[in-house]
Amino acid sequence: MSFLEYAPAPESRSILNLRDQYGLFIDGEFVDGDGTPFQTISPATEERIATIATAGTADVDKAVAAARGAYERTWSRMSGSDRGKYLFRIARLVQERARELAVAESLDNGKPIKESRDVDVPLVAAWFFYYAGWADKLDHAGLGPAPRALGVAAQVIPWNFPLLMLAWKIAPALAAGNTVVLKPAETTPLTALLFAEIVQQAGLPAGVVNILTGAGETGRDLVNHPDVNKVAFTGSTAVGREIARSVAGTDKKLTLELGGKAANIVFDDAPIDQAVEGIVNGIFFNQGHVCCAGSRLLVQESIHDEVVDRLKTRLSTLRMGDPLDKNTDIGAINSAEQLQRIRELSDIGEAEGAERWSPACEIPENGFWFPPTLFDNVSTSHRIAREEIFGPVLSILTFRTPAEAIAKANNTPYGLSAGIWSDKGSRILAVADKLRAGVVWANTFNRFDPASPFGGYKESGYGREGGRHGLGAYLKPGRELPAALRASGADSTASVTKARKGAAK
Amino acid sequence: MSRLTVPKTYKLYIGGKFPRSESGRTYEVVSSTGAFLANAAKGSRKDARDAVVAARSALNGWAGATAYNRGQVLYRIAELLEGRRAQFVDEIVQAEGVSVATAGAQVDEAIDRWVWYAGWADKFAQVVGNANPVAGPYFNISVPEPTGVVAIVAPQADSLLGFVSAVAPALVAGNTVVVVASERFPLSAISLSEVLATSDVPGGVVNILTGSPAEIAPWLASHADVNALDLVGAGDLEWVDLQIAAADTLKRVLQPENGRDAAAPSLDRISFFTETKTVWHTKSLI
Amino acid sequence: MTIETTSPVRTLAPAARAVEVLGGDLTEASLRRYLNGIPGVDAVGLEQRAAGLGTRSIKTTSKAWALDKIIELIDLTTLEGADTPGKVRSLAAKALTPDPSDLSTPRPAAVCVYGDMVPYAVEALGASHAARLPGGVNVAAVATAFPSGRASLAVKLADTADAVAAGADEIDMVIDRGAFLSGRFGLVFDEIVAVKEACRRADGSYAHLKVILETGELNTYDNVRRASWLAILAGGDFIKTSTGKVAPAATLPVTLLMLEVVRDWHKLTGERIGVKPAGGIRSSKDAIKYLVTVAETAGEEWLQPHLFRFGASSLLNDVLLQRQKLKTGHYSGADYVTID
Repeated sequence: MSFLEYAPAPESRSILNLRDQYGLFIDGEFVDGDGTPFQTISPATEERIATIATAGTADVDKAVAAARGAYERTWSRMSGSDRGKYLFRIARLVQERARELAVAESLDNGKPIKESRDVDVPLVAAWFFYYAGWADKLDHAGLGPAPRALGVAAQVIPWNFPLLMLAWKIAPALAAGNTVVLKPAETTPLTALLFAEIVQQAGLPAGVVNILTGAGETGRDLVNHPDVNKVAFTGSTAVGREIARSVAGTDKKLTLELGGKAANIVFDDAPIDQAVEGIVNGIFFNQGHVCCAGSRLLVQESIHDEVVDRLKTRLSTLRMGDPLDKNTDIGAINSAEQLQRIRELSDIGEAEGAERWSPACEIPENGFWFPPTLFDNVSTSHRIAREEIFGPVLSILTFRTPAEAIAKANNTPYGLSAGIWSDKGSRILAVADKLRAGVVWANTFNRFDPASPFGGYKESGYGREGGRHGLGAYLKPGRELPAALRASGADSTASVTKARKGAAK
Repeated sequence: MSRLTVPKTYKLYIGGKFPRSESGRTYEVVSSTGAFLANAAKGSRKDARDAVVAARSALNGWAGATAYNRGQVLYRIAELLEGRRAQFVDEIVQAEGVSVATAGAQVDEAIDRWVWYAGWADKFAQVVGNANPVAGPYFNISVPEPTGVVAIVAPQADSLLGFVSAVAPALVAGNTVVVVASERFPLSAISLSEVLATSDVPGGVVNILTGSPAEIAPWLASHADVNALDLVGAGDLEWVDLQIAAADTLKRVLQPENGRDAAAPSLDRISFFTETKTVWHTKSLI
Repeated sequence: MTIETTSPVRTLAPAARAVEVLGGDLTEASLRRYLNGIPGVDAVGLEQRAAGLGTRSIKTTSKAWALDKIIELIDLTTLEGADTPGKVRSLAAKALTPDPSDLSTPRPAAVCVYGDMVPYAVEALGASHAARLPGGVNVAAVATAFPSGRASLAVKLADTADAVAAGADEIDMVIDRGAFLSGRFGLVFDEIVAVKEACRRADGSYAHLKVILETGELNTYDNVRRASWLAILAGGDFIKTSTGKVAPAATLPVTLLMLEVVRDWHKLTGERIGVKPAGGIRSSKDAIKYLVTVAETAGEEWLQPHLFRFGASSLLNDVLLQRQKLKTGHYSGADYVTID
């Protein structure tokens, strides 16, 4: 027996205590949905996990009304320090139930348990912990003294990091004093529903957090609801465009976190073994289902052969298989639809003339699987260098000079993230300056922290999540009226105009 | 026949342990009606010296922890304080002669202040630090770093709230502290040290001396291995002399505050015990 | 042999590998240029990769295989000033019978002792000494003024020759860290070459040479990388992390780094060099992480005594306790393993 064929090391599912069917979480309780219920399955085996409710239009109404009621009656009147305490409780509960949440996430999403256990869930707890501390310090958020919440936030999240994306949305919104209605992705509702249970355990007042499961239509109903003050969306650029169109002309504040086609730039003086790890992590972490994935390798031409050689050797120790096995590195593709898209684009890559390579991989019979794949000799005009594949597929291009690397990296409508690998600090900082990307990683990749703002340039969206900047999406400046106008009872929006007119006289 | 109690012994808290004063001395702590409560340790200059050594040894570990980790540790202390609320309320009622409601309000405020400060650990650097737009091809950033060992004369007028208000902010940025508790109301401080010892705070990060601030403070003020001196509770001492002594080694000094708002929570209390470090790095493509 | 230490154009002792790779112009300066030209190491990334390898979950059949393999790769060690013939005999007996309650237990690869203890080790191993029995237990001796290396070359060579003459199969030498840290790569190089020569026996065979880098004193990963290449170029058969007398001793990241070097050397020349982490590896759990790191970095072929060793003393008993648990199904205790 080869040692490298490690014996199965399955994480037990016995820690889970799942219901057979879940309702919608509205106003502090689980209730039935109007729409047709659907199944959520494990993408690794295609087995059914549970029945999930679909929120119809009336359900969306109820949820927004619950959020509005909770905002008016409870949450907006509560002190920041009390809001913070609820968030601290939630953070602690996530830590206590961490193993359970990680298993549920891997089961429903297909990502390896190693990742949900070591990356996703710890970050979820950290996100709530970080924003808990902001709730009573909003004076320092950068919007002046006593900034105000926006009101009710409609939040729609994707399937790639289900619980983490939920944390990125809910934590800052609540810390800033808003109430939320959140719709998890259709293929990954499970951890959002477990989160609803945690919200109950924390004693969070009813209606502050509402979870609506459903598909695209539910999301549309929610985003378009007239009584929503804020829309936050993470997902595809195509849907982001739709949402941007639909909020045009309304008062709704919008933040979008969309797709990317990040360049991972490796210079000839890079610490080579760590660069190879960074390339692998950049595109194969989470099966490449990462908006900020390093899906384009820009390697300096002089070291191209060496890097590709080492990359192939490294790929041969990646293990693809059961997401609940602790030794799995590459899990299942999230859905049949996504698998189809990855296959199509990969076929296009071959047709365009790029050189395709994958390590030998055993593909399980059931489930949705795609082996890690390299495309070498890719050119900037190839579709696989332009379009987001959202799978474990790396396109390899070369460059000669730093300026050329920057030009190629920026030559895209996207602008979410980028990586720079070099031993030379001055070069790293200068290249970072010139990259049109919201997150730049130097000698590392895919690092996330609640204290570090994340978001894109251009068609990768707008707004930032994480850090002090992440509060800005959920606050507006408190407006102090000049004393004379306060006495006259004038409202805040009129005050500036009046004051100007007064001065002009 | 009512049950005979097992009275607690109150010792110093140094380096994560509970030693008696090396001088062997104690002093009587009495209630507001003059009844005997306990013998507290009467700390000496050598205890102060040992406390500074402990604080210095613990500094690298505490300052080197991630801000997130410090925030978690500080929040955990609040959790444990909450769990022991009844004990603290009792102690304050006995020591200060106030009602249970008043004591309860003091304890609640102390816990809430602790939570407020815990929440700053991983974010105050984002408020007081920043990148600087210098005129040249340089990356330039200013960040706060802990100043080091902070000696504190805690507010003397109450058991717990003043103590917490002085100690918590120094810890947020990664400093370690040596604090002289209230002479009249020292017992809550030592009970707090029991909370610290059972939390995840490494030994030596907080060191608590009980006894006479008039006797101990001058040794801390002149100690060359103390980086900052918080005289918030030293209003009744010859504190100007202390400030003069501290000037020999250019310690950063906070002057006394009196009244109900002594050591009120503020971001300033955190950043006072930090040093700002500014780093330049060249930037060039070629 | 005299070594002149000042001129950068001083020609180095010709070690076959160095001549192969650097060419005929084998000077201090050319060696330094070569070593400084090797790509750097990002410590954060290296440590993260090591931590990632440490999350592998080795269970059931893999674990049983791993435990046996670890024993087969141990250099069972005693290196104390207080060592006596009696202590060495006891160690050798432990190597021959690690677990009296389970005679199927494999034997460690070697016993590792001070040079002047070699005769007692050879005698105690008797017919099971590797010199007399293929696959038997080797005798490794530390030499060259171990652990500090602070003595004249003449003394260090005599130290080595004595141990070889007494029957040592393997020599664990230390490099001159002072010379390395002050940039005198040529001197470090020449010493290794000279020690390798001192390993030569009358019949023309050589004792196996392990070169201890003392990574804890070299301090940076870049230094460890350069020292590893230097040791290989100069003729070492194994590169070894530590003497075990300085902290930090072996760590997973440092060992990972050294495995990357031997992997790259193999790619460059086709030759396989061994790696030995020593000191601080006390638990089976930790040792298994090292096996994973070897297999996933250099390759499974390296999991053999002639290419990988653990320098350890208390590790053996912890592995035996784990073996007992696998066999009986319950946790074992110190009373059920022997002291050496």
